[in-house]
Amino acid sequence: MAPDVIFGVYIFLLAAFVGYQVISGVPPLLHTPLMSATNAISGISLVGSIVAAGAHYNAVSTALGFVAVTAATINVVGGFVITDRMLRMFKRKEKRRP
Amino acid sequence: MTASWVQLLYLAASVLFILGLRGLSSPETARRGMFLAEVGMLLAIVGTLLHRDIISYEWIIAGFIVGSAIGTAMGLLIPMTKMPERIALSHAFGGLAAALVGISEYYRHGVELGSVKMGAIGFECVLGALTFTGSLMAFGKLQGLLTGVPVTYRGQNTSNISLFVVTFVLLAVLIVDPGRSPLFYGMLGLGFLLGVLMVLPIGGADMPVVISLLNSYAGLAASATGFVLSNNVLIIAGALDGASGFVLSILMSRAMNRSFGNVIFGAFGSTAESAAVAAGPAAVGVNEGTDADAAAVLEAAQSLIVVPGYGMAVAQAQHAVRELTEILEQHGTSIKYAIHPVAGRMPGHMNVLLAEADVPYDQLFDLEHINDEFGKTDVALVVGANDVVNPAAKTNPGSPIYGMPVLNVEQARTVIVLKRSMSPGFAGIENELFVRPNTLMVFGDAKKTLTRVIQQLKG
Repeated sequence: MAPDVIFGVYIFLLAAFVGYQVISGVPPLLHTPLMSATNAISGISLVGSIVAAGAHYNAVSTALGFVAVTAATINVVGGFVITDRMLRMFKRKEKRRP
Repeated sequence: MTASWVQLLYLAASVLFILGLRGLSSPETARRGMFLAEVGMLLAIVGTLLHRDIISYEWIIAGFIVGSAIGTAMGLLIPMTKMPERIALSHAFGGLAAALVGISEYYRHGVELGSVKMGAIGFECVLGALTFTGSLMAFGKLQGLLTGVPVTYRGQNTSNISLFVVTFVLLAVLIVDPGRSPLFYGMLGLGFLLGVLMVLPIGGADMPVVISLLNSYAGLAASATGFVLSNNVLIIAGALDGASGFVLSILMSRAMNRSFGNVIFGAFGSTAESAAVAAGPAAVGVNEGTDADAAAVLEAAQSLIVVPGYGMAVAQAQHAVRELTEILEQHGTSIKYAIHPVAGRMPGHMNVLLAEADVPYDQLFDLEHINDEFGKTDVALVVGANDVVNPAAKTNPGSPIYGMPVLNVEQARTVIVLKRSMSPGFAGIENELFVRPNTLMVFGDAKKTLTRVIQQLKG
């Protein structure tokens, strides 16, 4: 097996463990914002789509890349906007809106 | 910019993503955390735009513009009550993007693909396709476009498992011989089909598990994209997303007393069968009350625990609930909310709705933190919850939900249940809570009932 694949598996497993630890610490209160946040973050597949859309490998790749950039951008932008909108609503008692 | 600079930007982005998610461990730090994650995303995108393969930007910019416009509009305009639908749709987009990148890579390289790359592309495309159609199905069910009732047929599990096996056999053949493009597109088609078939037998109340599971699949698809493109930030972000969906799936399945294997393999058939047990209302010994009765009980209460369920979301009663508890608070009543992990249609659904209605989050308590308090409480007010407050889960080994952790509402001195009718909940089982001597049933739309109770209390 190619060394960069082994390396990739290393990274995947370590990131999965870190993710498991970090996410276990998120209280149920914030589980919905967590979902939309991780969703925005996994919109990072945008970086793959960007190369497909801009490299002019062939017309099919460009077209698929364009749709993929659009779909991933919707997730990144929409995901962060809506996460922030939700998080702004969570207030303690003393800080409640007058 | 050299490749190593781009790698450093990706590394910074990965660290910022992890710190961002770390911020979500408390509402105090959550917004700052998300800001870090946004910075990370920006760095990763800037780094990618400098990729040496990119020769023109017009399609990239077009995609950015269209995507940002739709994303911002969706982000700002979607009402909080539609949050489960929005989450389902975003999983669909994530899956679609991953599948399309995979198809593009296959189309570009085809025969030249090494076996490892081919395997990664296969996983990416199948997971992406399955997440796409599965999430659209979940969206359709949540939105009411498709029936929320589980659709089952004879041999469903067998045929689904066979299709999975066929898909993986096709993938195995492709790994050996990547040039067989008809097989590739056949495998892709099966991926799309599997998403539909997997979600078909799943009913509305199981949505929290399904949405978490699809979240995990979307993350794994993104991670597979990272393997295809040898891009570490993609592998890491996908792994984080996958881990998050995984953790939530475990928590949700535990809250429904399902085994984890049951969740992984999507075998949701068991509850579908129990739905057939649904019998007519057993109106024996029900204490039916009016809103005036409820108002009198609430006015006398020193302490109140509100138990919201999906019914509150359907009736959009969260603002009325908050108004009621504010009035009672002014009378000196202590107010708490008890949130069951699977109340609603997605993890954290009730918390978001109540936060939207300006309920301070220090009044919201999880199952394990509040369950001992019902015995010391005057009134438990159940708003549109059913199975999560069914004592049969503790007492009746024959019940389909036996063993599921439930809220001990019946231990409160008086229980007021706001409910449309006596119809059984999703699991199709009678709820003995409704016929207990200390339970007062107030039938009707929860929002209208609460509004009338508020008027009584004010007047």
